[in-house]
Amino acid sequence: MSDFSIIGKPTAMIDAAGKTTGAGKYTDDLSLPGMLVGKILHSFYPHARIKRIDTSRAEKLDGVVAVVVGKDAPNPYGILPVGHDEHALALDKVRYVGDNVACVVAVSEAVAEKALELIDVDYEVLPAYFDPEEAMKAKTDLIHDNKPNNLEKDYHHVFGDPDKGFSDADHIAEARFIANEVTHAAMEPHSTLASFELDPHTGNMGRLTVWSSTQVPYYLQHKLSLVLEMPMSQIRVIKPLVGGGFGGKSEVIPLEIIAAVAARKAQAPVKITYTREEVFWAHRGRPRTIIDLKTGVMNDGRITSVKARVVQDGGAYCSYGVVTILYSGALLGALYDIPNIQYDGYRVLTNKPACGAMRGHGTVNVRFAFESQLDELAAEIGMDPAEIRQRNLLQPPCITVNGLRVRSYGLPECIEKTVARSEWKQRKGKLPKGRGLGIACSHYVSGAANSIIRSDMPHSTVNIKIDRDGGVVVYTGASEIGQGSDTMTAQIAAEVLGCSLSRVRVIAADTDLTPIDIGSYSSRVTFMAGNATLRAAEEVKKQIAAAAARKLNCADEGLIFKNDLVVRKNGHVGTAAPGRPAEQSSAPSVSGRVEGQILRGSLQQKRKDEGPKDSMTFEEAVVAALDFHGALTGTGSYAPPPEARGGKHKGAGVGPSPAYSYSAQVAEVSVDEETGEVTVHKVWAAHDCGRALNPVSVEGQIIGSVWMGMGQALTEEMVWKDGMLMNPGLLEYRSPSSIESPAVEAIIVESIDPEGPFGAKECSEGSLAATIPAIANAIYDAVGVRLHECPFTPERVLAALRAKKSAKVLNLTEGVDPTAPERFREHGGALCFKGKGPERHALDSARNEGPASARGAD
Amino acid sequence: MKKELIELRVNGRAHELAIESSALLLDVLRQDMCLTGSKRGCDDSSCGACTVLVDGVAMMSCTLLAASCEGQDITTIEGVSEHGSLAAIQKAYGDWGGAQCGYCTPGFVMTVKSLLAENPDPSEDDLRAALSSNLCRCTGYNQMYEAIRAAIAAEKQGMAAAK
Repeated sequence: MSDFSIIGKPTAMIDAAGKTTGAGKYTDDLSLPGMLVGKILHSFYPHARIKRIDTSRAEKLDGVVAVVVGKDAPNPYGILPVGHDEHALALDKVRYVGDNVACVVAVSEAVAEKALELIDVDYEVLPAYFDPEEAMKAKTDLIHDNKPNNLEKDYHHVFGDPDKGFSDADHIAEARFIANEVTHAAMEPHSTLASFELDPHTGNMGRLTVWSSTQVPYYLQHKLSLVLEMPMSQIRVIKPLVGGGFGGKSEVIPLEIIAAVAARKAQAPVKITYTREEVFWAHRGRPRTIIDLKTGVMNDGRITSVKARVVQDGGAYCSYGVVTILYSGALLGALYDIPNIQYDGYRVLTNKPACGAMRGHGTVNVRFAFESQLDELAAEIGMDPAEIRQRNLLQPPCITVNGLRVRSYGLPECIEKTVARSEWKQRKGKLPKGRGLGIACSHYVSGAANSIIRSDMPHSTVNIKIDRDGGVVVYTGASEIGQGSDTMTAQIAAEVLGCSLSRVRVIAADTDLTPIDIGSYSSRVTFMAGNATLRAAEEVKKQIAAAAARKLNCADEGLIFKNDLVVRKNGHVGTAAPGRPAEQSSAPSVSGRVEGQILRGSLQQKRKDEGPKDSMTFEEAVVAALDFHGALTGTGSYAPPPEARGGKHKGAGVGPSPAYSYSAQVAEVSVDEETGEVTVHKVWAAHDCGRALNPVSVEGQIIGSVWMGMGQALTEEMVWKDGMLMNPGLLEYRSPSSIESPAVEAIIVESIDPEGPFGAKECSEGSLAATIPAIANAIYDAVGVRLHECPFTPERVLAALRAKKSAKVLNLTEGVDPTAPERFREHGGALCFKGKGPERHALDSARNEGPASARGAD
Repeated sequence: MKKELIELRVNGRAHELAIESSALLLDVLRQDMCLTGSKRGCDDSSCGACTVLVDGVAMMSCTLLAASCEGQDITTIEGVSEHGSLAAIQKAYGDWGGAQCGYCTPGFVMTVKSLLAENPDPSEDDLRAALSSNLCRCTGYNQMYEAIRAAIAAEKQGMAAAK
């Protein structure tokens, strides 16, 4: 099966040189003649009504060109069709500290900043909600008037018979887990440059071009069209290099809309780049999640039932929230064989920046709880933690109790390999005190089978064009954000066409040039854009084969495309010219350029002189095909198969995927019992990615996921005080540096998915979720305490150690009175909360909707 | 604020520039000289994406006054490629996955250059310590170490060949 020339080989990214020389352009590196700078005025109240905005003093400042406010673009938008609750700039209310109030467009940043101070805003301060469980009790002063109880959305799913499952169980564990809020903190702050051009026919402002740091150029085009009331065809979105996304650029961020509105009002190109603090306010990260989890197992380790109640602190706007809360429940399935599941999920609005999609969207925090609890149960029944996971494997192909279809399933091999490499069996329980090993597993979708836009359109489409020069140009809407999608695209095209990688040029993510692709999120690009590329390349290959077969006097199917040659498949070639392909491929570009320019007549003459051939070069075949067909283009698209699209219950749309990746990890940690400090020494991470198209990238994605999971496990946390972010900087947020980062041994497992391109599936997100519980379980192994709240900071570890010694418990985060925030670290609490009791609002329709109503929003 | 005329030596060439005395080196490089390879990732020297060499010493240009660098030799990422081809460290970062999104890469390359100039054969601990001035959110740093080791090996081979 390893008969590939391009894929499966470690390949430098095709855009690597631009990144290592500084020549590559990110959005903030771009400038246009006459370009102005935009600066945004942010709210410093968490919840307030805007009574009046006076911009006149700012407008009079020398160097200020325009001041934009909410009424300049009043149409609402939001990434989900059910969540159009945002405005470019606040219309009547601000909902978090950092909400967008006005934007100054000026000739320089310094002038714009001065002008911001001259804008007068009168606020009427409203009671604010910072804790989701408190926010849910609210009756008045709602964050959004149409969301009773500040409840964005709740879902209540029952699969199988959970109660019977629990009565069958020999052991039941029940606990509350809390995972605190984290954010992407991509190295590149968001940036957008917007420019209008004048229409030659009307003489007025016409087409809009937007360069933006986005993972989703086509969604951006769509939302711009909604807010600016322009047809999508008049808007061009170009994605330059993007300095990391992790989900933080997977929806339309306020500055992207504001820049376009500002460019329209200022009648000049406008660039807005966030400061690092603004990036933290824009957020869209992983919500603080409270998980009440109950799991039952038999004495033989089999899981009988799982019940989860999940509350997510979603922040002030919907964002991807409805999808997040659904993923949290849906991805309880498809990792292990769980016969009975009950899930109650609440996505709650609070007066903090909106949470959205972040690497491992929805699954990470629940997976931390689940894998920790499974470890606890293994200890209770006296079973090895690796073995209890092996006792609960799925038997694919299968459909899980909650309607997820699983085909390729590399989890058994992942567990086996990670256990072997870490010498788990020899070392577990035998390490010195204070040092321990922990294991955990996780999985993730290879793209969502149902797109967030309710449409039957393919999720990815790719065009390929080949010209007489033999250069292959691939046009794809897929967004390279550093994960290597352009390289993956080039590799697949080159592999199918049997040409060298250097021939392939990828034009990506420009809405004028490239066919639609819904974007880089939910780890969908390799699977979906990869399949579309495969199909487009096969279509072109068919055309080349038809022409080449005529020249070589054989059937179309009798040709092999390899090493820049098109060769007849019969035994004659194999014996007559064994050395030839290698010889040719050693200098394909030299021969290629010359041959490509040979005119048709002389080519025929040459062929006559040489007699019948068994093979031709790629260029010769291309020239023949162009002569024959006139043009050489191919299109391929990918839509997930209907049978992978999930069940029929409300919310069933989120969770199904054409394929799932699997991960098993062992972490080795040591815990300093004096200081509570946890050090991760090494993580062994086995990941089933279907097939590793580019092993160096796959390993990079696995290591990066594990590392980011370790950050969430040990240090990263957004700390709030009365709705103010206390640590809006990269050092304060404590993103791990090289000193704190462990060695990660990435182990690639290839299960060869039947539907993935060459068998490939997801590799960028699935590994993250296992790292947090693997570390938690290793801490238990090291010092015998179970930590139920992450990150496992020294104070939390110390508190747990003290509790174990039944010394005075130092509990800094649980039981904080939200109305009296006198503790130095607090996560929430309602400042002016008035309501009482958790009963539901009369207008809340969620309870009354029958299960038969349309599938979810998503 | 009134602008002053200063002369900056960047990548071996002298440039005369009119700048405000409060102008930061990073802004002058990016905006006045269009050398956009040095990146802004924070505003407070947390992340190191703006690292340049000033007289061979790795400095964060986002908190450095441009005027204070007059008379010193500044090297930016644009000055690293040698003789029209990638320097060993640049090639290795590409080959070994040291760069993913690439936004932090120029800063890391400058930091590594300054480290290797001082310590041509750093240990694993030396590497970790030196790289901790810069942040990366993609790679988890592991593949950077491989890239740096490969670059050191390539440099040694190159040196051996030259002898």
